[in-house]
Amino acid sequence: MITLIRNGDVVDPVRETVEKVDVLVEKGKISKLLPPGVFKEKGPQIRIFDASDKFVIPGLVDIHVHLREPGHEYKETVASGARSAAAGGFTAIACMPNTEPPNDCRSVTEFILEQAERACSVRVYPIAAISKGQEGETLTNFGELKEAGAVAVSDDGFPVANSELMRRALEYAAFYGLRVISHCEDRSLAGDGVMHEGVISTRIGLAGIPAASEDIMVYREISLSRLTGCPVHIAHVSTAGSVELIRRAKEEGLLVTAETAPHYFTLDHQRVVGYDTLAKVNPPLRTSEDVEAVKEGLREGVIDVIATDHAPHSPLEKELEFDRAAFGMIGLQTALPLTLQLVRDGVLDLTEAVGKLSCAGANIIGVSGGCLIEGENADLSVIDPEYEYLFEADQILSKSRNSPFIGKRLKGVNELTMVGGKVVWEKER
Amino acid sequence: MAKFAHKDLLSMEPLSVEEIAFILDTAESLKTISARDIKKVPTLRGKSVVNFFYEPSTRTRTSFEVAAKQLSADTFSLSASTSSIVKGETLLDTARNLQAMRPDLIVLRHPSSGAPHMLAREMKAGIINAGDGINEHPTQALLDLYTIREKMGRLNGLKVAIIGDISHSRVARSNIIGLTKMGAEVTVSGPPTMIPVGIEALGVQVVPDPVQAVKKKDVLMLLRIQLERQSAVLFPSIREYASFFGLSSEMLRMANEGAIVMHPGPLNRGVEITSEVADGPYSVILDQVANGVAVRMAVLYLLIGGVKGDNVDQER
Repeated sequence: MITLIRNGDVVDPVRETVEKVDVLVEKGKISKLLPPGVFKEKGPQIRIFDASDKFVIPGLVDIHVHLREPGHEYKETVASGARSAAAGGFTAIACMPNTEPPNDCRSVTEFILEQAERACSVRVYPIAAISKGQEGETLTNFGELKEAGAVAVSDDGFPVANSELMRRALEYAAFYGLRVISHCEDRSLAGDGVMHEGVISTRIGLAGIPAASEDIMVYREISLSRLTGCPVHIAHVSTAGSVELIRRAKEEGLLVTAETAPHYFTLDHQRVVGYDTLAKVNPPLRTSEDVEAVKEGLREGVIDVIATDHAPHSPLEKELEFDRAAFGMIGLQTALPLTLQLVRDGVLDLTEAVGKLSCAGANIIGVSGGCLIEGENADLSVIDPEYEYLFEADQILSKSRNSPFIGKRLKGVNELTMVGGKVVWEKER
Repeated sequence: MAKFAHKDLLSMEPLSVEEIAFILDTAESLKTISARDIKKVPTLRGKSVVNFFYEPSTRTRTSFEVAAKQLSADTFSLSASTSSIVKGETLLDTARNLQAMRPDLIVLRHPSSGAPHMLAREMKAGIINAGDGINEHPTQALLDLYTIREKMGRLNGLKVAIIGDISHSRVARSNIIGLTKMGAEVTVSGPPTMIPVGIEALGVQVVPDPVQAVKKKDVLMLLRIQLERQSAVLFPSIREYASFFGLSSEMLRMANEGAIVMHPGPLNRGVEITSEVADGPYSVILDQVANGVAVRMAVLYLLIGGVKGDNVDQER
C-alpha cells in the first residue's frame, strides 16, 4: 500500500521552509518527497489524499498532557486522550505522572504503554515522577523507569518544594539523558489562592496566587541548572517575570528550556469574572501584560515549546463553587487554531508555530518526530488554517469537556492525522 | 414608581445610584412597621423565602427572618449542618432540589466567593447574597448606607474610613462599591498584610496608618478581626493589632466633629474597638442592626413584592 498526499504545501520547521511537495508514504515511512505531479502511478494499491490549499505539517508533539489513566478513567483514558490528540493534529503526546497510583515505577509506565498500544492511535510517551508517590521526598528509580519507556521526569501538579531533591534530580536525570520538567510553584506563597492575585481577584473577592509564586521557583530551577550544569525544562510559563528570567538564563548559555500553553497567550484573568470554573487553571490566567510577555517570549524564542497542559476534569470537579473546583482545562483540540492565531497576529511565522508544536518538544524529551524528511516515520497532519468554525462540546473527543473555548469561533483545523503511515483521524467532509 | 428590575441581589456592582437611593427610600417607609404595635403587613403573603446559611450567623439570619415575617412571607431555614450537605450533596444539586419546591427567594450565606452567582444562574428563584466568602455582603452595605444617610443626612461628599482586614472582608468590598457609587470618599486602612493588591482600582485611597486614616473623617467603619485567621501570618498578635489598629477614644478625637462609628458585628471588644468607643455616644452600631431589618424588608419587597408584579400586570 502506497499513500500519496499531493498538492499540499509542506511545512518543514527544521529547514524553515514551506514548499509545494507531494509526500509519498510506504511501509509507515516517508519514502519520497517529490515535486508536484512527478509521481504519476495510479491503481488500487495507491491511496491518494488531495491536500490542495492545505498544509502538510509534521505531526504535532505535545509534551504536557494529563491522561488520568490509571485511576481516574472517568475523566480520561489513554485511548480517549489519544483520540482527542489525533483529532487535534497531534501524533505524539507525553503524559504526566499524576495518576492514581502515580507513574513512579516500572509497572505503571509499562501499563500506560500497553494501553497506548491497545488504543492504536497516536504515540504515547510516559513521563515518570521525580519522587516516589510525588511526595517530594525520595527519588524514583530513574534508570528503571527509563528502561520501561519513560522519556522524562516531572512532579507536575505536586511541585518539588525541597531544593536539594530538585538538585539531585537534575544531576541524576542527566546521567540517564532524562529531562526534568519542573512545575514551578511555591505552594506556601500560592496558599489557598484560586486565581491570579491582582486587580480582578481583589474586585471579585477570590484568593489570589501571586505571579511571584511562579517566578521564585523558575529562578530556583535556573540557579540549580547553573549549579549542576544540567538541563531543566520549565513547564507552563505564565508570567512576565518567568519569561524575563528564562531570557537571561538563555543569554547566559544555561541549559534551560521552557514551554507555555495556548491559554496563557490567549486568555487573561478577566476571563474569571463571573466565577466560571472552566477558567480555573494552575498556573492561573494572568494579566494582559503577562499575556503580551508570553507572546514576546514565543516570538524571541525564549519559550521553545507550546504544550497544552491538557487537564481533563468531569462535572464532578468543575460544577462546584469556584474555590472548590479543580484546576485545569483540556486543550488538545484547540491548541492548533489558537497557535495559528499567533501566526495571523504576526507573533510567529507558520514554520515557527509548527516547530513549537512539534520538533521543539520532541527534542526536549528526546523522541523522534517533528520533521518531514525521507526515511522518517510518516507522522504527519494535514491542516486547513483558513477554516472557521464554532467550537462546540460535541466535537470534543476527550472524555471531559472542560474547555473555556466552547462556544467560541476558532480558525484553523486539522483534517487528517497519520501516525506511522496509518490514518488515525480524518475530518468528515 | 421607580423601577427595580433585578431577579437577584448578588453584588453592589450592578446597582445604579438611583436604584440604591430607591432601596434606601423604600426602607425608610418600611421602617415604621417595626415601630408599630402589630409589626406585620400582608405585602408578601403567599411568598416563600428560604434562609440558606452555610456559615454560622446570628445577626444576618435573624434580620432576614424578622424582615420576611414582618412582610408576611413564609420563611424556611436551612443550615449546612441540618441539610443534605453533610451527606455530601453538592451546592448545585441542593439548589436544583430546592428549585423543585418553587421558593420565591433564597437568601444564601456561603463560604465560597461566587456561590450565590452560581445559584442565580441555575435557579428561577431570586437569590440574595447574604455574604459569599471574602467577596460581598450587599445587604450589609445597604444597611450601612442607610444608617449613614439617616445620621448624616447625606452620602455624597462624606469622608469615610474603613479600618481592618480589607482583604478578607466582604463587608468592606460591598461598602467600598456602594459608598463610592453614592459619592462618598473612601479611605481604607489596616496592616499592609490586610490591604489587597490593586484596591485603588475600586476608587479608594489607601492610608495604612489608622491614626492618619481617621483624620477629618465623617464616618469610621471598623471591621471585625477574625481571630481564627491569626495563623495565616497576617498579623503577629491580637495584642499588637489592638494597640496599633484598635479604635480608641484618642484616635476618635482626630475625626471630624460629629463623626459616627460603625461596626458590622460581632464585636471583638478591646481588639478592633475599645468598649469605651463601642458604647460611646458616637457609636451607631445598634442603629445598624435595627436598620438592617428595614433595609432587608425593602430588598425582599423590591425583589418579590409589588414592583415586579406590577410589571407583569402591565404585560398582560
